[in-house]
Amino acid sequence: MSHPGVTTESRLVRMLLIGTAGLIVGLLLLMPLLAVFIEALRKGWEVFLASLHDEAALSAVKLTLTAAAVSVPLNTLFGVGAAWAVTKFRFKGRALLISLIDLPFAVSPVIAGLVFVLLFSPHGWFGRWLEEYDLKVIFALPGIIIATMFVTFPFVARELIPLMAAQGSDQEEAAVTLGARGWQIFLRVTLPNIKWGLLYGVLLCNARAMGEFGAVSVVSGHIRGETNTLPLHVEVLYNEYQFSAAFACATLLALLALVTLGIKSAIEHFTGHRHHGRH
Amino acid sequence: MNRPPFTIGLRAALSASAVLAVALLAPASCRRHDQRLTLLNVSYDPTREFYADVNKAFSAEWQERHGQPLAIKQSHGGSGKQARAVCDGLEADVVTLALAGDIDAIARAGLLSADWAAKLPQNSAPYTSTIVFVVRTGNPKGIKDWGDLAGRGVQVITPNPKTSGGARWNYLAAWAWAEKQFGGDQAKIREYIARVLGNVPVLDAGARAATTTFAQREIGDVFLSWENEAYLIAKEFPGKTEMVYPSLSILAEPSVAVVETNAKKHGTAAVAQAYLEFLYTDAAQQLAAKHFYRPRRATVASTLPAIDLVTVDRDFGGWATAQRVHFDDGGTFDQLYGTKQ
Amino acid sequence: MSKRRVIPGFGLSLGFTLCYLSLLILIPLAALFLKAAGLGWQEWWRLLGSARVLAAARLTFGASACAAALSAILGLPVTWVLVRYRFPGRRLMDAMIDLPFALPTAVAGITLTTIYAPNGWVGAWLLKLGIKGAYSPVGVFIALTFIGFPFVVRTLQPVLEDFAKDTEEAAATLGAGRWLTVRRVVFPMMVPALITGFTLAFARALGEYGSVIFISGNLPMKTEILPLLIVSQLEQFNVPAAAVIASAMLVVSFMLLLSINLLQRWLDWQKS
Repeated sequence: MSHPGVTTESRLVRMLLIGTAGLIVGLLLLMPLLAVFIEALRKGWEVFLASLHDEAALSAVKLTLTAAAVSVPLNTLFGVGAAWAVTKFRFKGRALLISLIDLPFAVSPVIAGLVFVLLFSPHGWFGRWLEEYDLKVIFALPGIIIATMFVTFPFVARELIPLMAAQGSDQEEAAVTLGARGWQIFLRVTLPNIKWGLLYGVLLCNARAMGEFGAVSVVSGHIRGETNTLPLHVEVLYNEYQFSAAFACATLLALLALVTLGIKSAIEHFTGHRHHGRH
Repeated sequence: MNRPPFTIGLRAALSASAVLAVALLAPASCRRHDQRLTLLNVSYDPTREFYADVNKAFSAEWQERHGQPLAIKQSHGGSGKQARAVCDGLEADVVTLALAGDIDAIARAGLLSADWAAKLPQNSAPYTSTIVFVVRTGNPKGIKDWGDLAGRGVQVITPNPKTSGGARWNYLAAWAWAEKQFGGDQAKIREYIARVLGNVPVLDAGARAATTTFAQREIGDVFLSWENEAYLIAKEFPGKTEMVYPSLSILAEPSVAVVETNAKKHGTAAVAQAYLEFLYTDAAQQLAAKHFYRPRRATVASTLPAIDLVTVDRDFGGWATAQRVHFDDGGTFDQLYGTKQ
Repeated sequence: MSKRRVIPGFGLSLGFTLCYLSLLILIPLAALFLKAAGLGWQEWWRLLGSARVLAAARLTFGASACAAALSAILGLPVTWVLVRYRFPGRRLMDAMIDLPFALPTAVAGITLTTIYAPNGWVGAWLLKLGIKGAYSPVGVFIALTFIGFPFVVRTLQPVLEDFAKDTEEAAATLGAGRWLTVRRVVFPMMVPALITGFTLAFARALGEYGSVIFISGNLPMKTEILPLLIVSQLEQFNVPAAAVIASAMLVVSFMLLLSINLLQRWLDWQKS
């Protein structure tokens, strides 16, 4: 891309602006990322590895993976269904539905946790019923999963809706006239068109699911080795003055973030398409 | 496409509900199928390090005696908050809380019998502690006794008595000192307590959060702390703080109990009882002394200085009364907090 | 409307979407409102009018607005550079912008606290200037800026990318200097996107919890934010109060969401 002289700035101004931008990104974003790794290794490799091998840390990792393994596929299913419904058809209340899908973005994660406490605690709406069947939701895995699902609910749908809207439905209509059936159309025609957007949505959904703190913190009960997810474990360690251990566990989450960003850049590079979204 | 849309919608509705129900209930039903015997100890804030040691010692002993591996899980937080979490469905097998009143609350919720305190020696309090002052190095504000807390420009750090057990001991200790100082003049006592509360810039939910506020965030001039937590601060933040023993303090009796309903449900009644009895053995009492609690057994040496201590039973008519008069909604704390800024 | 029947799966996909949405989001949120509504108006006013709630609201809204404004100011040159210039490290910088989206908030919280604490890298330096970084309202502001920054850049970026260069060229041919062109032609075109980005950052900041609780110090009346107040009411098992504060926040969030959607439409309309 070349710029004619009239629509760009002098070399000095450009340098100055690039320098400023570099400084902003460096101070605001890069420094915290570096600090995670520096703090984690402050007491050396041995402490670092020991804190990751700790039983409570391992079980936190397991719990985090479990919660993501349930909530991400379900929200992906929802995202595809919702995107299909709102982009392939016109119906009354469609705009409202799109707004409602966005709702969890606007709700504080703490409130997300609170609503499930209201519903499932022994004094809540379903408390007695759950007790009768000896089912536990709050202070147990189901509560953590459902809070995670609430918070990560819109990610896939949000990524697919603009993409599928832009692509229109001509190809699907053509497939119908050629006699293709519903699932065939989706798998053969739609999916290949949206696969990168879908992957990106799943990726973001996963990053948020594994990193969710506020909502999960409200419903977890903080039982070490049982209902502490990795972000909660980081908080517990931090409150116990085990700063190096807290940052060691934080590196796992920071690496997750870096991998997410890496794959995102790769997708953009691969498809030459930029993803913008609000997350 | 020949089916009416309504039935399709219904089928979709059912499938969505089924998907969500599976997400919710599948993990619930496969819980507790763990072969390993597990025990959940719900405790208050400053016991983290102590119970980490006790759990190691007890599960080793249990394994040796019964050949059965035992995993003990911990949850920590402000004592009142933890008690309410247990009432609200946190399935503790044993509770080891900061004061008897919080276990009474669990008994009122019907999870254990009202006479729980009689089931273990010494009112079911296997170790005791007290409340001391922690000040900045060199004690720049010259804080020596409870009277100094009401001084102008002194910032006092204490957790919230509504959620924290330690904070209720703090409050009662201050009240006991004022009672003695002002010869029982209620107006003067209330004036004093209101002034101290007016000097509190932060009310954290638990003792550990308050410790962080004082020691790490360096807010406040004096921290009303559990004695054992004060020693921990000295260890974790060397050279930054010093400890002051006031002229009078309170005998804090952190209590323990088996949560019978939960233990029965989990089949852990025997191991839970053994766990609490273990707290009275020499081995556990030594661990208590090591973590700066005051052991009950005379045979276990403690390095902590003897000071003048009031008790809740003798000076406040027991926890039921103290809780009602001072900490329940509309009690003296509610009346006095926020009246002096 | 006759087109509706051409593509299959309307009933299935819409039914599934509506049910899933209702069960997971709408019914739980309705439960919250019902719980709060059970209290009656007087109780609502008493709770929301209490000094502590007002102080928390002031901080939450004030810090969020300031943070979103700073994000907008900082986001402008960064977006400009990313879109208009080619330089080594540009792709890396572009990828880094999304870091706050991907980094779990608890990690951001402990890290920012470490950096801005009185004994931290930047905190020590701020302290010399007489500013307290962590454990003060400034800390809340810093955390919220970190969280909100990408929203601004990612909203501005596509607008600036699509911006027709010929308008600038036209301005230049008409004799306008470069600075004048940018100020009078380019900048006004970016204002809608800037407002949208600001609102997005603001909306996100209002609900933020994880990163703020570590850095704020949580002093009631001073550095306590609304989400934390909800949690601390919940910890005291004062569920009705928590429900009331949460409902009030929810209403504000609804309205913000609505205005964001309107702004987005404005933006799309302007682009086309």
